[in-house]
Amino acid sequence: MGVGIEVRGLNAWYGKNQSLKNIDMTVPANHVTAVIGPSGCGKSTFVRCLNRMHETIPDARAEGLVKVGDVEVYGNGTDPVDVRRKIGMVFQKPNPFPTMSIYDNVAAGLRLNGLGNRKQMGELVERSLKLSALWEEVKDTLHKKSGASLSGGQQQRLCIARALAVEPDVLLMDEPASALDPISTSKIEELIFQLKQHYTVVIVTHNMQQAARVAEFTGFFLMGALIEYDKTEKIFTTPADKRTEDYITGRFG
Amino acid sequence: MAAAFLVLVPLLAIFVYLLLKGIGSLNWAFLTQIPKPVGEPGGGMANAMVGSGLILLIASVIGIPLGIGCGIYLAEYGRNRFGDIVRFTADVLNGVPSIVIGIAAYSLVVMRQKHFSAYSGGLALAIMMVPTVARATEEMLLMVPNSIREAALGLGIPKWRTTISITLRTASAGVITGCMLAFARVAGETAPLLFTAFGNQYWSLNPNQPTAALPLQIFSYAISPFYEWHKQAWAGALILIVMIVTAVAAVRIVTSRGILKGTS
Repeated sequence: MGVGIEVRGLNAWYGKNQSLKNIDMTVPANHVTAVIGPSGCGKSTFVRCLNRMHETIPDARAEGLVKVGDVEVYGNGTDPVDVRRKIGMVFQKPNPFPTMSIYDNVAAGLRLNGLGNRKQMGELVERSLKLSALWEEVKDTLHKKSGASLSGGQQQRLCIARALAVEPDVLLMDEPASALDPISTSKIEELIFQLKQHYTVVIVTHNMQQAARVAEFTGFFLMGALIEYDKTEKIFTTPADKRTEDYITGRFG
Repeated sequence: MAAAFLVLVPLLAIFVYLLLKGIGSLNWAFLTQIPKPVGEPGGGMANAMVGSGLILLIASVIGIPLGIGCGIYLAEYGRNRFGDIVRFTADVLNGVPSIVIGIAAYSLVVMRQKHFSAYSGGLALAIMMVPTVARATEEMLLMVPNSIREAALGLGIPKWRTTISITLRTASAGVITGCMLAFARVAGETAPLLFTAFGNQYWSLNPNQPTAALPLQIFSYAISPFYEWHKQAWAGALILIVMIVTAVAAVRIVTSRGILKGTS
């Protein structure tokens, strides 16, 4: 089951550049929350702060309170590796492990974390591929084909399956469909809709229609600040802030 | 196209010439017997082949893990002052004449032990392998896109595990090529073995004793005044090249199989 996310006073830097300024946000469990905004507004940085991927970039740092379920993500003694195991992530460009078969790609997270025996692993791989709606297309070539031999859309669903296999509570998606064609995009969107039954989903997108289609809640970021955060319907029909209105009506960005 | 052809010409020319010169002295005795005393016909270089294998094994066991480890450090953690120093040192070490490396191994091991050995020869060759392997590993790891590392870290796989099981594995084809290059380069080295492995006219499988090696045997036979030995030197050179090509090809076949199918 998914868990909620609580963010209070989150700040992030790249070197001396502050890219997130004092973000407060509450993400409800088992819902899809979209993060929108123009390029460079900090929306990707924001989700990367939620699972401590931000700090893997040299000179990048973040501080503030982030609570995912009961885990204090930036608490003393919290191991970023444990955080990332609980919070799965799907990236903008599909990034399957190129030298591994489809099966090994999905099993990688389990195997390299020393989780699960062979039989459980097989079941988890199948379950994850079914959840990501890829099973029917790859079930006959699980061991024969490499992950890199799939089409772009299939690769992205493979990456989703890989993230789901370690059974996270939260799934972060950083523009998961921006490199895909419209058909693959609609498949991913359908999938996101299914996933919220089991997971809390946070999706970054600069496609506003996509946010309107998949998300119940939407946050609008501008220049590192969270301008407005509300029900998606409210954001797109009667935004409270002038800047949100300008953005969604296409006046800038 | 023409340039590609020009690359092939010297290799083919050398191989054909070796074949013509060496094949005459190549027979079962050459492959199975040890050298005969001066004046007696026959005999072979079996001890030198085994000795070369032994020395190269020692060199690879020391040099390849050290080189790969060093390359991993440079690529994944070495974006700092110390990394620059290591990189520069490796490049300089790559340019040090091989006989100087032999002297280093001589004073490090032979002087201390007061006798020649396959260990010291292997060490000399290992020192020569490390910079080549390290720099090749670094280059290959840097070619792995960062998105692959991020994918692994995002799954909650610790950094060290990501480096070994994901990044290194993704780069493995290139890393293996680098190792083979280093191996092939030192396999024919004579100078570093002159006063380390020293050579041996008899059978010796004890790596702590003076050990025969093909390049050494070829060298001493080629500069000898005996026609019979000159012919054997040609045969030895042919065997050396065949051994290197076979070893490189074998590693390539075995590893490419493992990579394509994946493990499970």
